[in-house]
Amino acid sequence: MFKRLGEVGAAVAITVDGKPIRARVGDTVAVALLAAGIDHCRTTPVTGAPRAPYCLMGVCFDCLVTVDGVGSRQGCLVPVRDGMKIETQQGKREAGR
Amino acid sequence: MRTADVVVIGGGIHGCSTALHLALRGLKPILVEKDYAGRHASGVNAGGVRQLARDLAEIPLSISSMDLWEKIEDLVGDDCGFTNNGTVLVAENDEELASFRARVDDLRMRGYTHEELIGRDELKRLVPAVSDHCPGGVVSRRDGAADPFRTTQAFRKRAIERGAEVIEGVTVTGLARVGDVWRVETSAGPIEAPKVVNAAGAWADRIAAMLGEPVPLTVVAPMLMVTSRLPAFIDPVVILRGRKLSFKQLDNGTVVIGGGHLAVPYRDRNETVIDWTKLAISARTVWELFPAMRIATIVRAWAGIEAYMPDGIPVVGPSATSEGVYHQFGFSTHGFQLGPGTGAMMAELVATGATNVPIDGLGIERFGTLKPG
Amino acid sequence: MNASYDVIVVGAGPAGLAAASVTARAGLSTLLLDENPGVGGQIYRGITSTPVSNRAILGEDYWVGTALAADAKTSGAEIVNGATVWSLDPERLVGVSIAGQARLIQAKRVIVATGSQERPFPIPGWTLPGVMTGGAAQTALKAYGMVPDGHTVLAGSGPLLWLLAAQLLRARVKLDAILDTTPRLNWVRALVGLPDFLLSPYFGKGLKLLREVRGKVPIFHAAHIEAVGTDRLTEVVFDGRRLPADLLLLHQGVVPNVNLAMAAGVAHEWNERQLCFQPVLDADFGSSVPGIAVAGDGAGIGGATAAAERGRIAGFAAVRALRPEASVPDTQALRQKLQREEMGRAFLDWLYRPAESFRRPTGDTVACRCEEVTAEQVRVTARMGCEGPNQMKAFLRCGMGPCQGRLCGLTVTELIAAEREVSPAEVGYYRLRPPVKPITLGELASLPIAEAERKAVER
Ligand SMILES: Cc1cc2nc3c(=O)[nH]c(=O)nc-3n(C[C@H](O)[C@H](O)[C@H](O)COP(=O)(O)OP(=O)(O)OC[C@H]3O[C@@H](n4cnc5c(N)ncnc54)[C@H](O)[C@@H]3O)c2cc1C
Ligand code: FES
Repeated sequence: MFKRLGEVGAAVAITVDGKPIRARVGDTVAVALLAAGIDHCRTTPVTGAPRAPYCLMGVCFDCLVTVDGVGSRQGCLVPVRDGMKIETQQGKREAGR
Repeated sequence: MRTADVVVIGGGIHGCSTALHLALRGLKPILVEKDYAGRHASGVNAGGVRQLARDLAEIPLSISSMDLWEKIEDLVGDDCGFTNNGTVLVAENDEELASFRARVDDLRMRGYTHEELIGRDELKRLVPAVSDHCPGGVVSRRDGAADPFRTTQAFRKRAIERGAEVIEGVTVTGLARVGDVWRVETSAGPIEAPKVVNAAGAWADRIAAMLGEPVPLTVVAPMLMVTSRLPAFIDPVVILRGRKLSFKQLDNGTVVIGGGHLAVPYRDRNETVIDWTKLAISARTVWELFPAMRIATIVRAWAGIEAYMPDGIPVVGPSATSEGVYHQFGFSTHGFQLGPGTGAMMAELVATGATNVPIDGLGIERFGTLKPG
Repeated sequence: MNASYDVIVVGAGPAGLAAASVTARAGLSTLLLDENPGVGGQIYRGITSTPVSNRAILGEDYWVGTALAADAKTSGAEIVNGATVWSLDPERLVGVSIAGQARLIQAKRVIVATGSQERPFPIPGWTLPGVMTGGAAQTALKAYGMVPDGHTVLAGSGPLLWLLAAQLLRARVKLDAILDTTPRLNWVRALVGLPDFLLSPYFGKGLKLLREVRGKVPIFHAAHIEAVGTDRLTEVVFDGRRLPADLLLLHQGVVPNVNLAMAAGVAHEWNERQLCFQPVLDADFGSSVPGIAVAGDGAGIGGATAAAERGRIAGFAAVRALRPEASVPDTQALRQKLQREEMGRAFLDWLYRPAESFRRPTGDTVACRCEEVTAEQVRVTARMGCEGPNQMKAFLRCGMGPCQGRLCGLTVTELIAAEREVSPAEVGYYRLRPPVKPITLGELASLPIAEAERKAVER
């Protein structure tokens, strides 16, 4: 869906559902997922439909992912950090896992 | 001049239930509501339908209500989202459990069996997610929860279908005795009726003041917060005694957290201001009781405006000063469950002058020593 | 960070940056909070960190933000990014979360500069992965140097759509098509405002953009658009044509971001020209709640330059209120400048007024993305007598999900208005409740109670 204009910025290593992904310093989680070609970051709690980041500006909440164990974080507002563990969310999430 | 058999003031669950039951008795009620039905406490409460831990004076009304809740769909044509997975009062330590035992024993002696003492194992079976430090509790198995706004709307709708008139966006501004009827002044003109029911919730003291009847009512605004949808992990409603908490997971997965911490109410503006420092206390209590909830997200907090009486129980029964006027308010943050039964009882009282369900101890005369004004 | 400030500014876009600079330079303790990783807001997003080095791609209007950001940085204002404000009450107690830690901070004045968001664009299939907003693509470019890859279609109307197209073309992105959804008859209504528009700076800029894009991208007029695909977008269908697509970018203008101000109790009114709710404000952008001002696009859509001017005016008002002895420049000149900026607005508003069919969806089109409530459900419930959005919430749960009505609020209001055949002004908006951004129970439990209680006593 998206590609980088140039490879600026140092590499940051994160994992998504256990798989290593290379992100860039300055990326947010949502952008790193898009750049890595991951086409959805969660399924909805109501019908289980796949969703991907929609607005990239904190409005839509479709970018919700689990970041380092904390569920339903807005991926488009959280900058990546080396070693960060991202999990995509399937349906209802957070507690009772 | 508009006329009716009864003017019901207030379109909460109580006003709507009374209007329905009056209509079912063949009377013609007009219900007057200043905003819209269910705008206040009745539409925004925690939806707890509980007999557990009620004041002795309320128990008969609560039990008669429960009978109606269990066939709510027959009564109002909507299941009101009612589920009955019980309410559990969790003891956080042995002293608490001992005091619960004393209460349950006392109820048994009076012939009430709805509260049942449970130990650690049964508690864990009913509420697996509860923290291990809790030694037991009390369960009331018929209890449950319903969708408050939907319930109030269902009563309103059925009342209209059965012949009640419901006028919304209209405020009652005065009450005067004219001959042998009451002339109810409203922002949309007067209505005359021989009987009036004051179910005006947090504003009921203003109605009583129109009769010169003083009422020591405080306006409070209990707060609630709700999480986003979580996987199902708890069936019954959970409440605490020592600390303020009520906790329940709805069918849609969201968890409603309440328990009586108060917001700042502004009843003339229909507004409340959330007190986050108090909600933080609720959050800590949940944190300790249900460790799995720590990473749940809170998506909304709100408060409803409600009347609180000095003794924490409602005012139900005839006015002490004005013939033909009946009070039904002051439910002191736990009146949702009482709505169906109290409406039925009130309709009986208004229509026949007597009631089969005892309401001793709930009359306004208990505040009799109060000076007017 | 302190327990209290003279001024808290929420939002570090042009309005917030300008407001904070003014108050901090006048010696008021000023805290500027923004949830994004960097300052700049939507328009100057990534201004201090963008990886896009070729200045021509983003255009000179973008780089204006450099000076604003630098000015705020040296002003003495405390600027905190990654700070999510989740509550503001009428006593100006601000609830904020920073790195998982919640706190309450008291301000004497609050300037809400939370800006705008893109108007909901409910078409069939708009929830599919591969469908995003125009603003999202612009953010990806500005802040992260990322551009669309694969078959890309832009759809919608309004100046920002053309700006985005121009920026993407400059970055050598191939655009498969632009679907212009502007109703053709809008011209008629807009003509009245034409003379003002011709005199406003928008005119020259607009023409240039149109010229830049035309000829390079096929442009179609579209009255109906559908995003098609099972698990992700594969095709865009419009007016009987089909285009293969990997990415569909939707945009039909922006509307004020009302959540924080509304939750604080600020009175709002319906703006029929801009088809949105906006706060009721005085000449200094003061709201109906004493001590709370709303500046920038959150005060009504006016654009970036206007936003900065509004921020300054609100900032000077705070200085006058808290430091009557300080010398404050006459804001008359500022106001005149603002007026010039806003002059051409009426023309643009009428010209780019989104078509009814893209605001008031029908059938199975999703109105509420979070709770997956369809337009038909909302319409049927309205026909059954549900008169307002708050009752609708209770019946259908629309607006109750994590986005808290941001992407369905206007749609639900307009759908009810359509069914009841009344104005959206009469229908009103969701009653918004804090937290305006979700916080975790753990964060809330982490609120330093002792400190907060002390403050509660102080106020
Ligand atoms: C947050 C919260 C949580 C709660 N949780 C529970 C629970 O879990 N279980 C439970 O059993 N109870 C609960 N309660 C309590 C319960 O909601 C109330 O006790 C009950 O709804 C009271 O109903 P009501 O009809 O008396 O009041 P209301 O619902 O407040 O109705 C009174 C109505 O009268 C109208 N009115 C007032 N003055 C005038 C006038 N002059 N003219 C015309 N109309 C007028 C008002 O606008 C209002 O709509 C809770 C309450 C709150 C606020
Ligand atoms: S992509 Fe919309 S909130 Fe993150």
